Amino acid sequence: MSVDFEKLIAEARAQRNFSPFLAAVPYFRFLGLTVKPGETDGELICVLPADPKLIGNARLPALHGGVVGALLESAAIVQLIWSADADRIPKIIDLQVDYLRSARPVETFARAIITKHGRRVANVRAEAWQDDPARPVAAAHAHFLLAP
Amino acid sequence: MPQISPDSIDPKVVEAMVLQGIPHCAALGVRVIEVRSSHVTLSLPYNADLVGDPVSGILHGGAVTSLIDSVAGMAVFAALFAAQQKLQAIATLDLRIDYLKPALAQKELYATAECYKLTRSIAFARGRAYHPETPDDLVANCVGTFMIGSSDKPPLPKDAKVPGVKP
Repeated sequence: MSVDFEKLIAEARAQRNFSPFLAAVPYFRFLGLTVKPGETDGELICVLPADPKLIGNARLPALHGGVVGALLESAAIVQLIWSADADRIPKIIDLQVDYLRSARPVETFARAIITKHGRRVANVRAEAWQDDPARPVAAAHAHFLLAP
Repeated sequence: MPQISPDSIDPKVVEAMVLQGIPHCAALGVRVIEVRSSHVTLSLPYNADLVGDPVSGILHGGAVTSLIDSVAGMAVFAALFAAQQKLQAIATLDLRIDYLKPALAQKELYATAECYKLTRSIAFARGRAYHPETPDDLVANCVGTFMIGSSDKPPLPKDAKVPGVKP
């Protein structure tokens, strides 16, 4: 299992194709997460589909804040795997999410920037948006453990 | 059955909010364990669909985030209800979570939160996630702030049938 998964991570990085990697992680399948190239070289955009099971407020309606947090964390993980020479999924240490606007239950995007890539710890910022990247619905700041 | 203390919001109302008002919680199979005016406990049963690392089988941080955001919100509703005897819409402003250790594979995860300060506009909450058999060995710790009265729509669905509460 672990050898296969390392291979999927290596393939995702080499071919810039995250589909087999995302398909191997149950939670990414649960979210329906996909990855597409961003506008700049090396930038990846995570795409969360519109799905009624991701709604956190049925009355508004709005996406669940935890799902928005999960999307931001996932964008950071995908960007770290793509940018770093890691053969396993980085472990999250902490996450701070600022909720800037109510996120409607529509397709939502996220990208991450690695602010500092240390030997053991990475510092990442991530943003999520819906129609307009200039109007983010949430922004996050997180640390990940790269090596035990 | 969830336990209840006399001055707290009816656990049935919290259950209605969690299971009818928050479809994502219903999809995760979240259960209401305990409701008091000062704190709320929810449970996330282990679900193989929520694994974030197939090598270790541990839960994805996002599932923990959803449980903690939900329980912190419920603690704010419980505190608002205890203070005002009514429900108001709230919105998460920010959430800071420390992931102290991975959630063990195939174990139910509990999260408890309390709203420790309520002002006119803002509620401050803190919470923790843990496996029920080891409540002091935390999986995650959290602080969050919430805006009160973020919309004119209270958190229950319009057609929710909850005894004694008008949504």
